[in-house]
Amino acid sequence: MPAGVVIAGAGQAGFQVAFSLRSRGYDGPITLIGNEPHIPYQRPPLSKGFLAGKQEIRHLHLRPAAYYAAQAIDFLAGEEVTRIDRPSRQVELGSSRQLNYDTLILALGARVRTLSLPGAELDGVCYLRSLDDAADLRQRLQQANEIVVIGGGFIGLELAAVARLAGKRVSVVEVQPRLMPRVVSPVISEYYAKLHRDRGSEIRLHSVPSKIIGAHGRAAGVLLNDGTHIPADLIVAGIGVLPNIGLAEGAGLETANGIVVNEYLATTDPCIYAIGDCAAHPSLFTETLIRIESVQNAVDQAACVAAAICGETRPYTDVPWFWTDQFDVKLQMAGLSSGYDQVVARGDPGSNKFSVFYFREDRLIAVDSVNRPADHIASRKILGSGSHLRPDEAADEGIDLKSFAPAG
Amino acid sequence: MAAITYISPSGEAQTIDVPVGDSVMEGAVQNGVDGILAECGGELQCATCHVYVDEAFLGKLKPIQEDEEVMLNVTASERKANSRLSCQIKVSDALAGLIVRTPPAQK
Repeated sequence: MPAGVVIAGAGQAGFQVAFSLRSRGYDGPITLIGNEPHIPYQRPPLSKGFLAGKQEIRHLHLRPAAYYAAQAIDFLAGEEVTRIDRPSRQVELGSSRQLNYDTLILALGARVRTLSLPGAELDGVCYLRSLDDAADLRQRLQQANEIVVIGGGFIGLELAAVARLAGKRVSVVEVQPRLMPRVVSPVISEYYAKLHRDRGSEIRLHSVPSKIIGAHGRAAGVLLNDGTHIPADLIVAGIGVLPNIGLAEGAGLETANGIVVNEYLATTDPCIYAIGDCAAHPSLFTETLIRIESVQNAVDQAACVAAAICGETRPYTDVPWFWTDQFDVKLQMAGLSSGYDQVVARGDPGSNKFSVFYFREDRLIAVDSVNRPADHIASRKILGSGSHLRPDEAADEGIDLKSFAPAG
Repeated sequence: MAAITYISPSGEAQTIDVPVGDSVMEGAVQNGVDGILAECGGELQCATCHVYVDEAFLGKLKPIQEDEEVMLNVTASERKANSRLSCQIKVSDALAGLIVRTPPAQK
């Protein structure tokens, strides 16, 4: 009897390994271990439709509860792997139960980075990562009037948009001089700052919070280091995440900013893979190891590992893509833009439909599209095929991008 | 609730009562219907909830918008005149009895 596959972590990546294995006909034991009390669910709606009250929990479940038993996937909720014994290929769970594995998959995700400010422990200072976080925040949002969002990244801006659409006073505080600074170019950042301001939110760039002010034991505002006081009855911080690497470190696996894997997503132990938010992997799109927090990365890395377990080993080479919905604007991103040395725009930001193409040494590395889905899909294909698009061609709307994208 | 019938490429039919307001994709995913992956959760990012809509119901559906049109051009199985992404079909009383067929492949 084989010991089968043990999957530590039941987020999108962990779920998807189990799903892909069964879809491929893998018939060994599969154990899927999640530390939350819920069956696997989608995270993207937590800062969008679910937070806005447009979706309920049942809409988030990746598959119904009955799916796991029907597919002979042993799903353990509210449980976690606490130790890996690599020589005996065994894991120990929080309940002290032990499980053997032939293959162990670490899909441990990430946890929110928390504020280290005086007053950060006050009630009314919130974060958003899990379904329980989102359900709590959704209730608090209904009762709140003045919301301060600390962090002008995807999560912060998505929830700022939801709060503003619900008629709340909203301020976004970002330390850097522009929004989403790590991932998009200034032209996109400026577009989004204008979008949020036009809809009535206050966007405070280059602003460093120094203290959470309390009153009656609750958060009542944010003090910036220039002395500005922004009153608030709800403060939400979206200041990034930290990969969950402690388990891997404890087992002597190589870690950096994430669990280090090779191009096949295997860790330094060939029986152990790491995927999703927690995995630092090589990429065709960067020169260094990279960790990507996205649905695409979770799903495609899971599929890659499931294929390897079924004897079809191939390197992970999928084109990264992401999206964010804020108000009625959709930003779709393909590739990775870090390290770009040239940017060209296609279309006019004033028209609310434009794309930005990022080049490094004349090679296209990423494309961000605002309300231009056709550009996004063509870009995914161009980036995946290695076909050569010059900056002047990218900027020329008379040239059909699809002609650079391989068919199929 | 409206009854929606999903038919697999091999001809197996499953009829499910889907709440009005949910999408045909959600009806499938929440009930474990094979053949609809819906990897992006209905965000028009992945084209893995492609279905062929029974001709009798085509006229009752809302027209295809630009973002769905783009994704229908990159489905894994052949796009036909009755191809739609099931995440974009919101269930209503008028769609009771809707029949959709899942394609041979979604990815």
